[in-house]
Amino acid sequence: MSRRTYSTLAVAAEIAVPVAILLLWQAWTVHADSQYFPRLSTILVEFKDMWLFSQFHEHVVPSLVRILLGFGIAAVLGIALGIPLGLSRWGRLLAMPHIEFWRNMPPPALLPISVLLLHSIGDVQKVAFIAFFCLFPVLLNTIDGVRGIDPTLVDTARSYGLGRLARIRRIVLPGAAPQISAGMRTSLSLAVIIMVVAEYFSSTNGVGYVLLISKNTFEFAPMWAAIVLIGLLGYLLNLLFILAEKRFLAWHRGWRAATGS
Amino acid sequence: MLEIKGLGKTYGEGAKATHAIGDVSLTVEAGEFACVVGPSGCGKTTLLKCVAGLMKPSRGEVLLRGKRVTGPPDELALVFQEYSRSLLPWASVRNNVLLPLRHKSVPGGDKKRLVEESLDAVGLTRFIDHYPWQLSGGMQQRVAIARALAYQPSMLLMDEPFASVDAQTRGDLEDLILRVRDEYGITILFVTHDIDESVYLGDRVIVLTHAPTHVKEIVGVPLPRQRDQLATKELPEFAHLRAHVYRLIKREQEATPEPDPAGLVSV
Repeated sequence: MSRRTYSTLAVAAEIAVPVAILLLWQAWTVHADSQYFPRLSTILVEFKDMWLFSQFHEHVVPSLVRILLGFGIAAVLGIALGIPLGLSRWGRLLAMPHIEFWRNMPPPALLPISVLLLHSIGDVQKVAFIAFFCLFPVLLNTIDGVRGIDPTLVDTARSYGLGRLARIRRIVLPGAAPQISAGMRTSLSLAVIIMVVAEYFSSTNGVGYVLLISKNTFEFAPMWAAIVLIGLLGYLLNLLFILAEKRFLAWHRGWRAATGS
Repeated sequence: MLEIKGLGKTYGEGAKATHAIGDVSLTVEAGEFACVVGPSGCGKTTLLKCVAGLMKPSRGEVLLRGKRVTGPPDELALVFQEYSRSLLPWASVRNNVLLPLRHKSVPGGDKKRLVEESLDAVGLTRFIDHYPWQLSGGMQQRVAIARALAYQPSMLLMDEPFASVDAQTRGDLEDLILRVRDEYGITILFVTHDIDESVYLGDRVIVLTHAPTHVKEIVGVPLPRQRDQLATKELPEFAHLRAHVYRLIKREQEATPEPDPAGLVSV
């Protein structure tokens, strides 16, 4: 099989399988006629009515803003804290127990205190909440990435008189970038999850809030429309991230292929 | 140019201490090509790192133009054995060579010229926009040499730079470095475990003992300055010198009381 045929088939399979599942869903729901599982056609009509675009501004935009802000803050903080910790054995010794304690905390456990401490169920509380939990994958991956940098590279830079900051900028940051990126990808998916949790339990708008309202009013079509939207949101954000990574870390793919590592 | 005075390095303390370098004293004159050879595990890399200011010696001192080395000196460039680990895989050949110039006070136009000239000197102009991992091992080491040249050092330290390339490439690189030495008028301290290489390249060969390392003998190489892979190696003097250095090291290896000191000294 030629490479071209193979990739055509792969793309076809990627599209055909979900389409087949959706068709089965439609056939089954028409047959079952259950109020819990509305027909695919009903869900799609609901999806179009809600999200394209009458309620887009009211509920989707706030959720997206929270995800991106929370994720962005987590990424910046995670890298800024991870680099010094990756470079300092003493820093890690002091910080790791605290990091391990908080990173294993289930998000709902901190929801009440976040509402009380930040005196609100507004955007600040939700962005802070998302940022807090998204911090850990970036932070831990940055620490690991920095520790994994070849000492020969650092020695080379030192021998050429690059100071500490120059070494961080020219060696440490680009060297740890592939692993930082892996951590950011995990955080991005996590941001979607935390967004739904935070909005479901403490919000007056957003996609998670729509879930809550449709549950309370026993409306299954909007609930399914929201579920589909959340799934698509996660899928598309991940896709965008992978495209960006392919562009900015192109060297890493080539290097891995060349060295077999 | 370079003076090493009573240099010693001990790793660890008390009963567990490993005496890598006992007491090494030597000088390298300006413009000289000095080769350092010794049995495996004799602390050659440790010695070089102390000279490069990357490692603090336990005893003694290193003087470069009479100035004590306490950190990496400006006029010194280091070429490692592991080219694949000393080149930045995320940077093009051009940016790799530019690395040491980025934070040096050289006008921007001069930086570009230095990068291009030094890549020209090692014959890699065509590959300036490649990534290092797209090149063969020998070419990667030439990038590392070009980077060292662009830094405009008065002295080049080389740590077994040709140990991981095939024999044919090694011969080419040896001749390249001799040519570069003449063109740039650079002083070279060259560590190797290859006896032929040390005699072929060096004006003098410094033979070290096993750890704790001392200087066993300094062998002058009175071969014609213009070296040639075939003609030079056919000279009877070359054979004599090679055999002499070989015997010194062989005797040293037989006298080795213990294997590598805990693997601490990489050669």
